[in-house]
Amino acid sequence: MAMYQQQPRRAIDAKRHYASDPSQSNYPHRLNFYINPPTVEVTLDQFEQWAIDRLRILGEIESCLHRNKSPPEVAAAIGPLLDKFLPLSANSSKSTKIQEERRKDHYSHFILRLAFARSEDLRRRFSRAESILFKLRFTGDDTRERQMFMESLDFDWEAVPEDEKRAMKDSLSAATGMKSLDGESFFKVDWERVHDLVEQRRVLLRAGKAYVPVSLQVSLVLAEFIARLDKSLELTARALPRLDEDDRLIPILNHLALGFTAPEYNSSTTPTTLNGTSLTAASIDGLVQHFPMCMRHLHTSLRRDKHLKHFGRLQYNLFIKGIGLSVEEALVFWRTSFSLITDETFQKQYRYNVRHAYGLEGTRRNYKPLSCQQILTERSPHSSEAHGCPYRHFSVDNLIASLGTTGVSDRDVLKGVRADVEGQKFHIACNRVFEHVHARELKREKENESGSARLQETIIHPNEYFSRSFGLKNPGALEGQSVGGADPGADPMM
Amino acid sequence: MPHSSVGSLEEDTEIPDAPQSSPEESPSDAGSPLPKTEPQSDPIEPPPTARVKKEVKEERGNGKAELEALFADDDEDDDEDEDFIGDDDGADLLASEVKVVPSPGPIDVKPSSRAAEPEVMFTFYQRLFPFRYLFQWLNHSPIPTNDFGHREFAFTLQSEAYMRYQSFPTFETLRKDILRLNPSRFEIGPVYTANPRDRKMLSKAAFRPLAKELVFDIDLTDYDEVRTCCDKANICIKCWQFITVAIRILDTALRDDLGFKHILWVYSGRRGAHAWVCDKRARVMDDSKRRAVASYLEVVKGGSQAGKKVNVKRPLHPHLVRSLDILRERFEPDILRDQNPWRDIKAAERLLTLLPDRALNDALRKKWESDDNRASVSKWADIDRLASSGASENLNTALLRECKQDVVLEYMYPRLDVEVSKHLNHLLKSPFCVHPGTEDFDPMAVPTVTELLTEIDVWEKENGNSGRVHDYEKTSLKPYVDLFRTFVNGLVDEETKIKRERDGDEKGNSMEL
Ligand SMILES: [Zn+2]
Repeated sequence: MAMYQQQPRRAIDAKRHYASDPSQSNYPHRLNFYINPPTVEVTLDQFEQWAIDRLRILGEIESCLHRNKSPPEVAAAIGPLLDKFLPLSANSSKSTKIQEERRKDHYSHFILRLAFARSEDLRRRFSRAESILFKLRFTGDDTRERQMFMESLDFDWEAVPEDEKRAMKDSLSAATGMKSLDGESFFKVDWERVHDLVEQRRVLLRAGKAYVPVSLQVSLVLAEFIARLDKSLELTARALPRLDEDDRLIPILNHLALGFTAPEYNSSTTPTTLNGTSLTAASIDGLVQHFPMCMRHLHTSLRRDKHLKHFGRLQYNLFIKGIGLSVEEALVFWRTSFSLITDETFQKQYRYNVRHAYGLEGTRRNYKPLSCQQILTERSPHSSEAHGCPYRHFSVDNLIASLGTTGVSDRDVLKGVRADVEGQKFHIACNRVFEHVHARELKREKENESGSARLQETIIHPNEYFSRSFGLKNPGALEGQSVGGADPGADPMM
Repeated sequence: MPHSSVGSLEEDTEIPDAPQSSPEESPSDAGSPLPKTEPQSDPIEPPPTARVKKEVKEERGNGKAELEALFADDDEDDDEDEDFIGDDDGADLLASEVKVVPSPGPIDVKPSSRAAEPEVMFTFYQRLFPFRYLFQWLNHSPIPTNDFGHREFAFTLQSEAYMRYQSFPTFETLRKDILRLNPSRFEIGPVYTANPRDRKMLSKAAFRPLAKELVFDIDLTDYDEVRTCCDKANICIKCWQFITVAIRILDTALRDDLGFKHILWVYSGRRGAHAWVCDKRARVMDDSKRRAVASYLEVVKGGSQAGKKVNVKRPLHPHLVRSLDILRERFEPDILRDQNPWRDIKAAERLLTLLPDRALNDALRKKWESDDNRASVSKWADIDRLASSGASENLNTALLRECKQDVVLEYMYPRLDVEVSKHLNHLLKSPFCVHPGTEDFDPMAVPTVTELLTEIDVWEKENGNSGRVHDYEKTSLKPYVDLFRTFVNGLVDEETKIKRERDGDEKGNSMEL
């Protein structure tokens, strides 16, 4: 409870404390079981910001669960958010931010624990989301670093002695499906601790014990993680009423607890005008150079086929709405684009949908442009459909060919894209292309701003891609945003 | 541990057959008037879509009953709803610990005559129902605890009205209410964090299920596609063998694999069996662990359109290897001979769909078409015979063997209603008359409650009514109640031991009243 009682009574220069307590600055492992609460004080701003950043992740995980996403889909959805809000680099990365990242991870976990311990329901949800986050990181961790982390935890798992293992050899290999047990060691634990493995009949059970091979230890670790977290949450809950909290914290904690819902990309920063000029249907072709691959592909398909299927229209319409096209101009855009059909057909079949997306029909909901996560995980395109994410839904060869037509032909970049896509890191591939295409502007921006944090951010929304791209090529052109410094030499729009 | 006025378990265990004078079984109650509930002389069948049940909230004292529609939780009672339809399996329940007990004949306490039902039920509750052992079973201690007091009971009245969230501090209060309401059946739910009667005053977080036995339901209606002797609610000694072997397989896995010891097998009514796994370790399992056990044990999956219903990975998990060993013993007598499922050629096509080799299938089909109604046992043997005679050039014998294993599993492996097992808050019909037999149990030969009551009269004519002998002991119910008592004593002994150990750790934890 130390951290809670010592929570920031006043804003304190974090760096000073950071340096004054080297033990707290030492996080040898990327992964954390969150056993010891932090003891070093942080500023009120950090306190809140870190908690909010973690909350975004947990909220998104919960939203994935609500939509019954599979573990790989959850990983695809959470990956970009983690890179953006809560990165954790491996020791092998040699990143200079390792300790800072781990500290933020550590603190934010404990702050949210405090916020979410207050009710049974919140505790349950918190524990669920945190355990999924932990599993995601655990499975993605470097094998050797993971092993070191495991050893640091000192679990009380009972090792199965070699002679017992030999005696049960046949049953053990039948249960695990392993042909050879040479070099595989087993733990013996109450089966409840690995109920997920029991559920899939992947371990041998004898007299209430499960025989778990080391290679399946993630289940054990996760069960341990959840058990400890649940217990700690109970303890925190019981201690809550007695906590000597700084009264400035209570509203923050309450607010955090309320905010445990899936965040959406805030597209309100997207400009409705560019360079002070209203967008028209005719502007779109000239802006395509700033579109991410998914929208480029939709645009090219639309121009080629004079048509887009339903989900393609949906994805693209919301995108151009997001970049600032008015509903009137959108109707013009779609009408002229669908040049093979009659006015009557358009009025009957398509007008309603365009207006609907603008919140002018039906439920009148103001739909937000789709995020990368939505595009990646919802409604995979069938043949002859053009929506989706090219990095995910194209074959690698088609993807490389398409990148070539947009002028991306640098061998190293393409090699990187291949590797990203094979590793299911679609957003990384997209960001890699973005960085390549905007290399010159990014360098200039960096020089101007001496390395502001936003340069590190990973793009996780097509409209963000557009506004970043447009902003970089046209510094100062976006209203409502302070992209770049005033640069008198900026290119005029388009 | 101090004795309470309830009476102590130690007395029972020390003098197993000593006459007891617990109030619920006193013969002096024999002449009590019937309950107020009007018997329905000609019960109306409830509509088949009885998804919405009526919950009757009884205000104690003023007798005012308020009806409100209660949407059945979707994890509750799917099977029980069927029971509302047409099937009259009223009270019943036969219990035994599979391995321990030899098998006398079973008991069906369902009244034989519908018109007499409420009266007969009332007399049964009054004179024969082992309330005291039921209490000890659920309470895990001779002295009333929250294990009993916070336990939900649900009553189905003769009118089919359904009352949930009933709870009772002692077995006397339970008995009193059951005699007052004379339910046609009652169910047992979980122990909650608070008294179920107080739930309206409590937040969701403060009122939630805490513990319940792990339960299993095997019902012969789930075997309709593999049994030929009967269908729907009908059963006979032949198809009862499905239940017998299912109990063997599940009981073995629950004990040898999962480590449970206190497993009560109960005749569920007309069509199957319930298991109540009562170990503390089982009772405290949350839904994810219950789901894990259910999936571990579930092998036959999928509805009528599912095609092949057994899809297990190779090598077979040791649980399946052992289960196949058990099934193989019974496959020929129970399936091939008694059920003879592939006798006509159309039915035999179903077997062929489960086999892997087209050329072999063609050869089998040819042979069977020329021999009308060739017995299943011969057809089964034909598979290996034709396979080894080279009926198919490219036969994958390992695959054929696996497919034959799958056939055995599909036809005989226990078919579980897993939804019953997966949820902590699922209610299950209470056991109440106890039967041991699994091996030689013949559910058709069960005496009725009316017969049991006649047995009391006969006994009393011969021996006089001394008042020192329980009514159940005068009937063929005696071995089952004794069995239940032995089971309960074993459970309570272990719980007492656990509690003592724990109390040794943290002194001052009050178990006392
Ligand atoms: Zn039958």
